[in-house]
Amino acid sequence: MAPISPVSLAALSETISVLCVILILLVPFAGVGLSLISTGLGRSRSAAHSMLASLCAFSVAAVVYFAWGFAWQGFPSGPAHVLTVAGNQWSWAGASPLFLRGFEFDGSMASLAALFGMFAVGLAALIPLGAGADRWRLGAICASTALLAGVTFPLFAHWAWGGGWLTQLGVNCGLGPGFLDAGGSGAVQAVGGLTALSIAWILGPRRGKYLPDGLPVAIPGHNAVLVMLGCALSLVGWLGLNSAGAMLFAGALPARVVLVAVNTTLSAASAALAAAAITHTRFNKPDASLTANGWIGGLAASSAACAFVSPFSAVVIGILSGGVVTFAVEWFEVHLAVDDPGGSISAHAMGGLWGLLALGIFGRASVPPAVGGALGGGASPNWLAQLVGVATLIGFVFPLTYGLNWLLNRFYPQRVGAEGERQGMDLYELGAGAYPEFIVHSDEFTQRKI
Amino acid sequence: MKFLGFMLLLAGWAIVVCAMALLQAVPRVAFAYAGMGVEVLGLVLVIRSHPLLRGEE
Repeated sequence: MAPISPVSLAALSETISVLCVILILLVPFAGVGLSLISTGLGRSRSAAHSMLASLCAFSVAAVVYFAWGFAWQGFPSGPAHVLTVAGNQWSWAGASPLFLRGFEFDGSMASLAALFGMFAVGLAALIPLGAGADRWRLGAICASTALLAGVTFPLFAHWAWGGGWLTQLGVNCGLGPGFLDAGGSGAVQAVGGLTALSIAWILGPRRGKYLPDGLPVAIPGHNAVLVMLGCALSLVGWLGLNSAGAMLFAGALPARVVLVAVNTTLSAASAALAAAAITHTRFNKPDASLTANGWIGGLAASSAACAFVSPFSAVVIGILSGGVVTFAVEWFEVHLAVDDPGGSISAHAMGGLWGLLALGIFGRASVPPAVGGALGGGASPNWLAQLVGVATLIGFVFPLTYGLNWLLNRFYPQRVGAEGERQGMDLYELGAGAYPEFIVHSDEFTQRKI
Repeated sequence: MKFLGFMLLLAGWAIVVCAMALLQAVPRVAFAYAGMGVEVLGLVLVIRSHPLLRGEE
C-alpha cells in the first residue's frame, strides 16, 4: 500500500480546509443516528424524553467544550502544559485560552480541530444515553455531560489528537508514529462507551429487568424502524468523522478519503452481517437490535484504523467487531447484570477498544512525518503504542469517569424515582408523551420472561 | 472491593506511564506489560464486585 503523503498540520491548503469543513459538517448525522437508535431501543413511554435528552446533551457538550473543553484539549503544535521527565518533554494538557478567546476562525488546523472537537464531544455525550435509557433524569444527564465535555473528553483528546503524551510515544520512546486514533475509536467511542458503563453501574438496572433469582427479562425496544434509520444516518456521519479525522490528525491527503470511506463502509457492513449470522445461528432468526449494535460496533472499530488498513483488513476488523459486540451484549446483561438498553457499552466501548488494537495488528500504511515526528516518520502503526492507549482508557479514563459520576450521584441523584419509572420518563419529567394517541396496556407493567 | 479494583486500575496505568517515561528498551516493554497485567487484575476485581452488590440488594 502506498504511504500517506506528508502534509503540514500547521498550514493546511485551501482545498484541504474546504474538504475538511464539508466532511466535519456531516458528523452531526452520526449524532442523529445514535439518538434515534437509543430512542428506538428504549420504551415508548420514554421516547420524547430520550430525544430531548439527546438534544440537551449535545447542547451542554458544545457549550462546555467552547467554554473550557477546547482549552484543555488544544491542538497539535499549540500551547500546552509540558512535563519534563528524564530529558523528554511530555505534553499532558492543552493550554489554549478559555472561551476560544483570540481564536482565528480562518480554516487553519486549529480552527478545524475546534470545530471537529465540538461535534466529536457532542457525539461522545450521546453514547451514555443509550445505557441510561428509561431511568436517567434529564438534569443529571446535563450535569454528567458537562463533566464528560469539560474533563474526561478533553484530557484524552489532547493525548490522542492534541499532540499529547500518547502521540509523543513515537518521538520519545521510538514506538513508531506513537498512538494513532484518527477517527476517534478511543477519544470518542471508548470514552463515551466507558462513561456509559459507569452510568449503567451507578443507575442500576431498570425495574423489572432482573427476576429475584438474577435472570434477566427481555424488554424489547419499541421501534425497530427508528433503530434502522439511525444506523443508516450514522454511516453518513461516520464517513465525515473518519475522513475529517484522518486528514486532521493523521495527515491524510484528500485522495486518501476514498480509502477511508470504503473501509468505514466495509467495516460496518461486515460487522452487521457477522452479528446477523451469529444471532441467526444461535436463535434461528437474525436479531434486529443486535444486528444494529453490530453495525455501530463496526463503525466504532473502523474509526481508528480506516486510513491505515487495506479493505480486506477492514472486513476482518468488521467481522470480529460484530462478533465481539454480539457476545458482549449478552455477557454484560446476563453475567455482569449491567442493564444497557441501547447496547452502548458493547458497541462503543468494546468496538472502540477493539478498533484501537486492530490498528496495531492490521495497520500497514506509513504515517507521514508530520504525525510521527522526527523518529516516527514513515513508520507503520505500533502495537505497543496502541496497547498503551488502550491501557490508558481502561486504567485512567474509566476510573476517572466512574469517579466523577459517582461523586455527582452523591450530591445529585441521577436515577429517577420509582414512580417516574412506572409512569415513564415522558409523563414524569416532561408532562406529555411522544405518542399521545397510544393506548397504554396494563401488561406493559408486568414482567415478561425470555 | 470495587474501590480496590479501581485503585488497581490506576496503579497499573501508573506503572505503564512510568515505564514509558523512565525506562529504556526491554525493561520498558516488560514493565508496560506488567502494568497492563495489574490493570487486568483491577478490572476483574471491579467486575466481580458488581454482581455481589446486586446480590446484597
